[in-house]
Amino acid sequence: MRITQKEVEHVATLARLKLGPEEITTFTSQMDAILSYVDKLSELNTDDIVPTSHAVPMENAFRADEVRPSLGTDGALANAPDRVEGFFRVPKVIE
Amino acid sequence: MEIFELTIHQLHEKLKKKELSSVEATTAMLSRIKATDEKINAFITICEDGALAAAKEADSRIAKGDGALLTGIPLALKDIFLTKGVKTTCGSKILGNFVPPYSSTAWSKLEEQGAVLLGKLNQDEFAMGSSSEGSAFGPTRNPWNTDCIPGGSSGGSGAAVAAQQAIATLGTDTGGSIRQPASHCGCVGLKPTYGRVSRYGVIAYASSLDQVGPMTRDVRDAAIMLGAIAGYDPADSTSVDRPVPDYTTALIPDVKGLKIGLPKEYYIDGLDADVKKAMDLAIETYRGLGAEFVDISLPHTDYAVACYYLIATAEASSNLARYDGVRFGHRTEDAAALKEMYMKSRAEGFGTEVKRRIMLGTYALSSGYYDAYYIKAQKVRTLIMQDFLKAFETVDLILTPVAPTPAFKIGEKVSDPLQMYLSDIFTIPVNLAGTCGMSIPAGMSSTGLPIGLQLIGRPFGEETIIRAGYAFEQATQWHRMKAVL
Repeated sequence: MRITQKEVEHVATLARLKLGPEEITTFTSQMDAILSYVDKLSELNTDDIVPTSHAVPMENAFRADEVRPSLGTDGALANAPDRVEGFFRVPKVIE
Repeated sequence: MEIFELTIHQLHEKLKKKELSSVEATTAMLSRIKATDEKINAFITICEDGALAAAKEADSRIAKGDGALLTGIPLALKDIFLTKGVKTTCGSKILGNFVPPYSSTAWSKLEEQGAVLLGKLNQDEFAMGSSSEGSAFGPTRNPWNTDCIPGGSSGGSGAAVAAQQAIATLGTDTGGSIRQPASHCGCVGLKPTYGRVSRYGVIAYASSLDQVGPMTRDVRDAAIMLGAIAGYDPADSTSVDRPVPDYTTALIPDVKGLKIGLPKEYYIDGLDADVKKAMDLAIETYRGLGAEFVDISLPHTDYAVACYYLIATAEASSNLARYDGVRFGHRTEDAAALKEMYMKSRAEGFGTEVKRRIMLGTYALSSGYYDAYYIKAQKVRTLIMQDFLKAFETVDLILTPVAPTPAFKIGEKVSDPLQMYLSDIFTIPVNLAGTCGMSIPAGMSSTGLPIGLQLIGRPFGEETIIRAGYAFEQATQWHRMKAVL
């Protein structure tokens, strides 16, 4: 096994996903199969290869720090599940 | 010929000559959608009122002699493109009621030309899938055979073109999501070079791979659409600042002297017999037109799927962290504290494939596995890119199948994610290399399903594949075949 049920539970917490026991079991076996498959990458010696994070060679993209029109409070809050006085409202943060 | 069968360039001529108004064309498309979409389920949202209003405006623009190529043309968009004031779901329950406060640059550019938005098209949730079965709004069906998938993730965009519900559509392509549905639906699908089209306002899946492109009835329409959406956008720092050519000048029915590479790794034993036959015939056609074929090798092809499913899922796990129930999207009704709210909102809002990919990506990025999986995949990506750069030292373009088989049956691969992933084996390397590729109709299977061929060009070599695609289209009849509904 490349991944255990306990590891899958840990990853689910990292990913902020509440998974049920059935999902944990299914994902454990499916992720195990996928990880076995991707292990084929270890056949390749990549010691001297530079990783590619971006397909097009590009320098940092800078722009002038200027004030421009933006959505505004109402636009930004238009899809908020819960709002109060120009803020997003969430359940209590400290448990 | 029915109005809904027209191409962009045909309809444009009719609008210009006042043989037809945009309101008439739009009305014809809307009734076609109503008559066929119960069978196909290509649309998530139909914009009847908005479309008719836009058509009216386009007609007055044309009357004033102020029409552009796309003025008054009824189009539809994959539901991944933000459209101001029009619900945008990305095929997900988590965005089930999301109405964007701004539009994607790609759509804004079409809208400025006066294009008409018919509606928003079905897709695999968050563009993660190869069959469009992963939508929270039910699967889209293939217009050629409604028992089959239309491909994915831009399945609605391919099916809407094939079912003649839209004159043309936009899709997005992260690992084949424009080219594979184009192949399965018998239309043209162009994935431009990474950086060619702005992704501003396009819901992100894997940001180092995602690209926007057209799905159309013929190559001329693809050239028109690409010209309309391409170009640098200050709002997308990954868009590339280089001039946009008039792609329609590349529509030359001549491939004499073009060197076309045939990578041996793509012509494998497992290739479906009908697909093999279509490729053989296509090669013969090109040879007859004076193209020269060169046997080449892309030696790291076999590692592309593994490489892709690490990079794409890692980027997805990061991109999809924003769906937390705070600022927009679904929020659970059952949470006393913040962390519980995050975990339940995401669990309720995301479908199975999205969860699976977030899990895989989070794992690949997690402490202790980052180097072994994520960095390793990025290094293999370098090798795959180098394969293509080396090949393009000797050839002008590369010809391959788009998919190893024609469209498969709905339900056939749902229970085995790895088998589903392997259906993208010929399209994924192009995204990893960041270059351009186009699917054009090139055959029919014995069971009556379309088969596409893929033309792969150098980075920013869209004109070469447009020229080669156009030459093939002029010499064959495949793009004229129509699904009967």
